[in-house]
Amino acid sequence: MKIYPLPREGDHPPLLHSPYAATVRRAPSMPPIPLPHTLSELTGPLYGHNPIGETDNDLTRQHAGDPLGERIIVSGRVLDEDGRPIPNTLVEIWQANASGRYFHVVDQHPAPLDPNFSGSGRTMTDEDGNYRFVTIKPGAYPWRNHPNAWRPAHIHFSLFGPCLITRLITQMYFPGDPLMPYDPISQSIRDDSARERLVSQFDRDLTVPEWALGYRWDIVLRGCEATPFEEPK
Amino acid sequence: MSRLRPSPSQTVGPFYHFSLTVTEALGCMTGPVARGERIRIRFRLFDGAGAPVPDGMVELWQADSAGKYDHPADTQEKAADPGFCGFGRLATDAGGACVFDTVRPGPTPDGSGGCQAAHISVTVFARGLLRQLVTRLYFEGDPALADDPVLKLVPAERRGTLLARRDAAGVWCFDIRLQGPDETVFFEI
Repeated sequence: MKIYPLPREGDHPPLLHSPYAATVRRAPSMPPIPLPHTLSELTGPLYGHNPIGETDNDLTRQHAGDPLGERIIVSGRVLDEDGRPIPNTLVEIWQANASGRYFHVVDQHPAPLDPNFSGSGRTMTDEDGNYRFVTIKPGAYPWRNHPNAWRPAHIHFSLFGPCLITRLITQMYFPGDPLMPYDPISQSIRDDSARERLVSQFDRDLTVPEWALGYRWDIVLRGCEATPFEEPK
Repeated sequence: MSRLRPSPSQTVGPFYHFSLTVTEALGCMTGPVARGERIRIRFRLFDGAGAPVPDGMVELWQADSAGKYDHPADTQEKAADPGFCGFGRLATDAGGACVFDTVRPGPTPDGSGGCQAAHISVTVFARGLLRQLVTRLYFEGDPALADDPVLKLVPAERRGTLLARRDAAGVWCFDIRLQGPDETVFFEI
C-alpha cells in the first residue's frame, strides 16, 4: 500500500488568514484530526465524469466568433513530488475574460461580458502528464475585500490526481504581476518559494509565432513514498 | 533525488459554478440499476456565525453498496457495481444546502484486517477556504459505529458532528459547521 506523508508546514496556506476577510468566519478553529490513510483515502474519483469535448481545451473556439483579448497557450506537466508524471488525470480550469469579468451571475464588476468567451475548460493529461489549454489572458478585477482591492490576473485549476489525498484546487498567476504583493489570497502562502510555485513562466518555445504567447506552468500534486518493495510503474 | 514541493492550494472562490457545477447531474450517483439501498442526503453548510454558506461546493466519494471502491487501489475480490458512480459534486444553494441521491455504502476494510463502518468521504470547498476541508459522514444508528477505528480517534463529545440523522421524510441530514461550538470534525488526510 502506498504511503502519503503529510504536507510540510508552509506547503499550503493556513486556513485562517485575516487579511483575506472571508476566512475569518469560515476557517475552522479546531485543528484537524490526523487520519491514518485507509482505502477510503487511497482511492478517489479517477476519470472524467463527463466526456471531454473537442473544444474543451480551447477556450477561444467555444463560440461562433473570436473572443477579445490576448490569446495565450497555457501548458505544463502534472507531476508527483518525485517528478513522476501523472497521466490521464482530469484538469479543469475557469477564469475571467480579458476585461476581468466572470461569466457568472454573482459577478457585478462593471466590465463587459464577452459573448465569445465563457472561460471554462477541461482536459486530460497525456501519458507524460502534459496538459495544454488555449485561452485568453484574464484581466485583473476588483473584489471589495479591502479598500482598492484587486485580484491579480489568475486562472483557477482543479485536479484530482490518483486518489482523494491528491485532490487540489489552486490558482495560476502570471509572471511580474504588480498586484500580487497586495493580494491577500496569494500572499496567504507565506513561504516565498511556495508562492512562486503558482506563478507561470513566459515560454518562448511554447509561443506560436504570429498567433499566441506561451506560458508554462507545472503542477505538483501530493506524492507517495515508494517503498523499496514496490515495483516502479 | 531531490523531491519537488507540492503546488500550494488556493480558494475555489465564488465563481466556479459555470465550470465545476454546470449541471446537477453529479448530485445523482445512482444509475437506474444501482444495487443496494437508495438514500437521499441533504447537506447544509454553515459559517462560524451560524449563517448558511451559499457559495460552497461539496464533493462526495464513497464505496458501493458492497463496500467496493471503483478504483484500482481497491483489490478486494469483488467487482465494483457498474450501475453506481462513487463520486458526487454539487454547489450549495442560497440556504447553504445541497441534496444528493446515492446508495448506502457497504463497510470497507480498515487496512489492518478490520472493518470501517459505512461512511462517505466529504470534501468541502468555498470562498474563504484557502484549502479544502475533509470530513466523513457516518449513519446514526449503525451498530458498526462503536468499532469504527476512525471514530475512535475523535473525542467522544465531538463524534456526533460526523453522524447523519434521518428526518421524518426519510432523508439523511448532515450539517457541516465550519467554525464555532458545534464545529464539525475535520480530518488531516
